[in-house]
Amino acid sequence: MTAAVASAGRSVLRRRPAGAGALTPASGAGLGVAMLWFSLLVLLPLSAVVLRAAEGGWGEAWATITNAQTLAAIRLTVLAALGVTAVNVVMGTLIAWVLVRDRFPGQRLLEVLIDIPFALPTIVAGLVLLSLYGTDSPIGIDVANNRSAVVLAFLFVTLPFVVRTVQPVLAELDPEVEEAAASLGASRFTTFRRIVLPSITPAIAAGAALSFARGVSEYGSLVLLSGNLPFRTEVTSVRILSSIENDNLSGAAAIATVLLLISFAVILVLDLLQRRMVRRG
Amino acid sequence: MAEHRTVHRRRATPTTWLLRAIVVGYLFLLVAWPLSLVARNALDGGFGNVQALLEDPDVVHALRLTVVVALWAVAINTVFGVGISILLVRYRFPGKRVLSALLDLPLSVSPVVVGLAIVLVYGGRGGWLGPTLEANGLQVVYATPGMVLATAFVALPLVIREVVPVLEEVGMEQELAAQSLGASAWQRFRRITLPSIRWAVVYGVVLSLARSLGEFGAVKIVSGNVLGETRTATLVVEEKYLNFDKAGAYATAFLLALVSVACITVVSLVRPKEGTR
Repeated sequence: MTAAVASAGRSVLRRRPAGAGALTPASGAGLGVAMLWFSLLVLLPLSAVVLRAAEGGWGEAWATITNAQTLAAIRLTVLAALGVTAVNVVMGTLIAWVLVRDRFPGQRLLEVLIDIPFALPTIVAGLVLLSLYGTDSPIGIDVANNRSAVVLAFLFVTLPFVVRTVQPVLAELDPEVEEAAASLGASRFTTFRRIVLPSITPAIAAGAALSFARGVSEYGSLVLLSGNLPFRTEVTSVRILSSIENDNLSGAAAIATVLLLISFAVILVLDLLQRRMVRRG
Repeated sequence: MAEHRTVHRRRATPTTWLLRAIVVGYLFLLVAWPLSLVARNALDGGFGNVQALLEDPDVVHALRLTVVVALWAVAINTVFGVGISILLVRYRFPGKRVLSALLDLPLSVSPVVVGLAIVLVYGGRGGWLGPTLEANGLQVVYATPGMVLATAFVALPLVIREVVPVLEEVGMEQELAAQSLGASAWQRFRRITLPSIRWAVVYGVVLSLARSLGEFGAVKIVSGNVLGETRTATLVVEEKYLNFDKAGAYATAFLLALVSVACITVVSLVRPKEGTR
């Protein structure tokens, strides 16, 4: 799963492949077909979004984005995703630490639990959270149609990212350095802060970037959970969807461009972090 | 890695117990408990709810459609993913770094944006390519091909992410040896490359399948969500819940959750512990 969830995990192991060859005619043709499919599936549609937003002039797109209701949705989405990412940085690192450094019965089950949010359909995730934290909550906590519902949904769907980026890096660390620090009288906390933390910081950052991107783009788990109340619990994706349903594709494209910019920024950050981790490795 | 762990193991201190408790408590409250409640709600009156669901022809149609769309998307992504992984690892070409970064894009693009993007290009009225394709008898949006496209888009990186690290790990020596002994490119792929990446492909396929069966946002936009025609299982969950058929919604969600949990469990149990972590 490591590789499935987190690109950073993969990059840690990445070496410059020895002897990667020049393209042969056959592999060149393969690359051509692959690029054609990738363009038709991903590049062309995403360009269409940006061009559609620009079609009526950037002024109009800007007006759509700065509409009070849209701005409220963007603010809520970004702030909630930032807050959740902060929680994930702490909890994700902690979970990765316990999974790598501790041994106790039932750990395998925890590994499965961490990956469930990644594979569970988002609409089902919403229903799952509603069954414990909704109107019929058996423990009396009802976050439905409330801003905390957005935070809860984000926490659920972004759970795997920091854990799965940090875990492989932590497992690769040489414990002898830590033992040396401990034998020189460093406390466990000092050892963690001075020895472990610097080595896993790029992985934490990569996981945080993925978690932020996933939070900002979340839609499915919120449909049933947050009530999508304008100015209160409406997130950016829901705002885009209502524009599409009102047949206002240009407006939808303008807001979607904002989300795309965030996605691109995250991809850029990840690429830079990968380079950095490869250099260190 | 295994011996590192044993060397490093310490006696369980109060801190160890505290950390364990925090992690177990957090995962229990966030994932395990709510998930178990869905199972309980779905099986409230025995298997009656699930059985009633499977007798509703519209639901059966939705389930079948979900499986068909997911299988197409997985098949496409497997061929594309294995091919592009080999190209990325084994060959040099200009733009490789950009391509490698762009392949991760689907992971961070909102499903709603994916749906919108596909409608803008393949939509029957006003899309870039849609009208031409429809004039030639291929309807993409509001039909199965568009749903396959949307699903293939969101699950695109999963096979690649599993296969690339394994290809990098195994190196090229065996392939070069086979080449020097006169093996053709196809023979080398079938006899050497494919066996070494077999398990990575299996994991990638299982994860893609879980992701594809559960796609919701993108499919909601491109499918048109027509009952008995383009409505998929995840859309049934939403529809039933919003129409106050909670029992039906929980039963459908339970079926979907069962499949994805099974996928995750299979990958997690079969995957060897060392190497990937």
